[in-house]
Amino acid sequence: MDWVAIIENTARGLFGEQFIYFGLAALGLNIHFGYTGLLNLGQAVFMAAGAYGLSMSVVTLGLNFWWGLLLGIIVFPLILAAIMGVPTLRLRADYLAIVTIAASEMFRIIARSPSLDRWTGSSDGLTGFATTFYDLSPYDRQERYLFNLFIGNQMWVVTVGWIALVIGVLISLLLMKSPWGRVLKAIREDEDAARSLGKNAYWYKMQALMIGGVFGAMGGMLRAIGTQSAQPQNFITDVTFFAWVALILGGAAKVLGPIVGAAILYAILSFSDVALRQLVDNGHVPEWLMTGTQVGQVRFMLIGLGLILLAAFRPQGIFGNKEEMALDDR
Amino acid sequence: MTADSIPVTAALAGVPWEPGAPKPDAILTATGVRRTFGGLTAVDVDHLEVQRGVITALIGPNGAGKTTFFNLLTNFDKPDSGSRNFEGRDLDGVAAHRVANLGMVRTFQLTKALSKMTVIENMLLGATGQAGEKLTRSLFPPMWRAQERANTERADDLLVRFKLDHMREEFAGTLSGGQRKLLEMARALMVEPTMVMLDEPMAGVNPALKQSLLDHVKGLRDDGMTVLFVEHDMDMVQEISDWVVVMAEGRIIAEGPPASIGQNQAVVDAYLGSHHDSALDLEADL
Repeated sequence: MDWVAIIENTARGLFGEQFIYFGLAALGLNIHFGYTGLLNLGQAVFMAAGAYGLSMSVVTLGLNFWWGLLLGIIVFPLILAAIMGVPTLRLRADYLAIVTIAASEMFRIIARSPSLDRWTGSSDGLTGFATTFYDLSPYDRQERYLFNLFIGNQMWVVTVGWIALVIGVLISLLLMKSPWGRVLKAIREDEDAARSLGKNAYWYKMQALMIGGVFGAMGGMLRAIGTQSAQPQNFITDVTFFAWVALILGGAAKVLGPIVGAAILYAILSFSDVALRQLVDNGHVPEWLMTGTQVGQVRFMLIGLGLILLAAFRPQGIFGNKEEMALDDR
Repeated sequence: MTADSIPVTAALAGVPWEPGAPKPDAILTATGVRRTFGGLTAVDVDHLEVQRGVITALIGPNGAGKTTFFNLLTNFDKPDSGSRNFEGRDLDGVAAHRVANLGMVRTFQLTKALSKMTVIENMLLGATGQAGEKLTRSLFPPMWRAQERANTERADDLLVRFKLDHMREEFAGTLSGGQRKLLEMARALMVEPTMVMLDEPMAGVNPALKQSLLDHVKGLRDDGMTVLFVEHDMDMVQEISDWVVVMAEGRIIAEGPPASIGQNQAVVDAYLGSHHDSALDLEADL
């Protein structure tokens, strides 16, 4: 067994790029679901808004990188939130769930349509929009950093990603400790009660949808920058559910819950990927049980098993509060 | 306190005991308010005026449309037609949360204590005009901290008055049914309303707490607020209301001081049924 490779991979999962993309997306979901009770099943579309906001601005429209940044992180997610929120936020929570999941699939299918090749690059997606970003990198492209974990460009994505995460966490903390966050929690608990006390529940839900969407867009944009491409298949529904898994694992309605959840999720995925592959390659696992090509799927079975155990023994998530959870049953 | 309240209730002396009676100083009026659910007319009120500064009870048998009417008055539901007027302001098209900001706060039949928030958080939520509730300012605690402190002081005073101060840091979900009613009422007061609308304040409250709840409702009047409440508990209605409005089948069938209601033939009919043989007639018609 090559323990160095296993440890390196686990560390990459624990605080590398995937963790950052999904940590940001889950941070947004936490504002939606954890604090406001909004059932957003289409976080992938907010991530896509960030990715395509940047790539289409730069590649299709020929704007500079900074305009792409502004459009992708702020303008697109806000417009998207308004489009999805205006018709649904006055209604029960389920309607938002339907609309968000539909919107994320619609976007993906439209983006990959060959007739829009000129705009979205169809299924090949768009590339070559991140040069300005990498030009700013203080790291040497050939060099490896942080105990050889990341090469130069990766290290730059990880650095910027961590800065984004810290800013995201700080904003979440400030918001949730403020009276604004208190109104969100009240809306989650009982919208009519909040309304009877003079709070405009609709507008607060819209604001929450927008802010969570902005975090999602940051995650999606970083993912596009990190992979240097914006492709429709990077925003399939699975992406939404990875963010959900991170949130549930860590515990909703705790600011650090989704971050820790994302770290654990990707640490387990990366660890089991390398560990299982090596077990298979070294002949420790018999052929009839699992082959090298099945490792990828088996990882997700393990995650599924972990979630079942979590639901059975610690339903509130790692950070959640059991007493708080029990109040639902009364 | 009580000395002030005597002339307030005395203002009702000259009001005729009839449905839709005009009041000398009406804070809330409803005219021609209708609400149908499919073929069912839940509410069809020609006219109602609620006198300022007194406790008005809205009673009626089950299914009389009391709660629906209540929702229409507080804009939690839209009438098919008709107008509501609060302190001279037309409520048509005003959002429910704006009604609260105008000074009319309601509670709910099924108590809406916000379970996963602490008692003090529940209270603080009630305060209006909070700078920290604006998204942009919420990020800068110095812009709202002083106001928050003032609100917390006021909330603590109310908690002491409602004997909930020992539960301050507990989740509201751990409170008993009666304590939740108290919390809901205290929280409504945080809004500093001119009118409090209570939907069945006594439902599910144990007898030991009832008396203290009654005193609190009277206290609202003594503090100059107008109270309109829906209630089934006739003892409570007799004890604390200054004026009683009776609804049946969506209409207002009687109004008057509490003592007059028991002798009112329309009310007796509504509660006990006026035509005991009509069911048989109906069957014969079929």
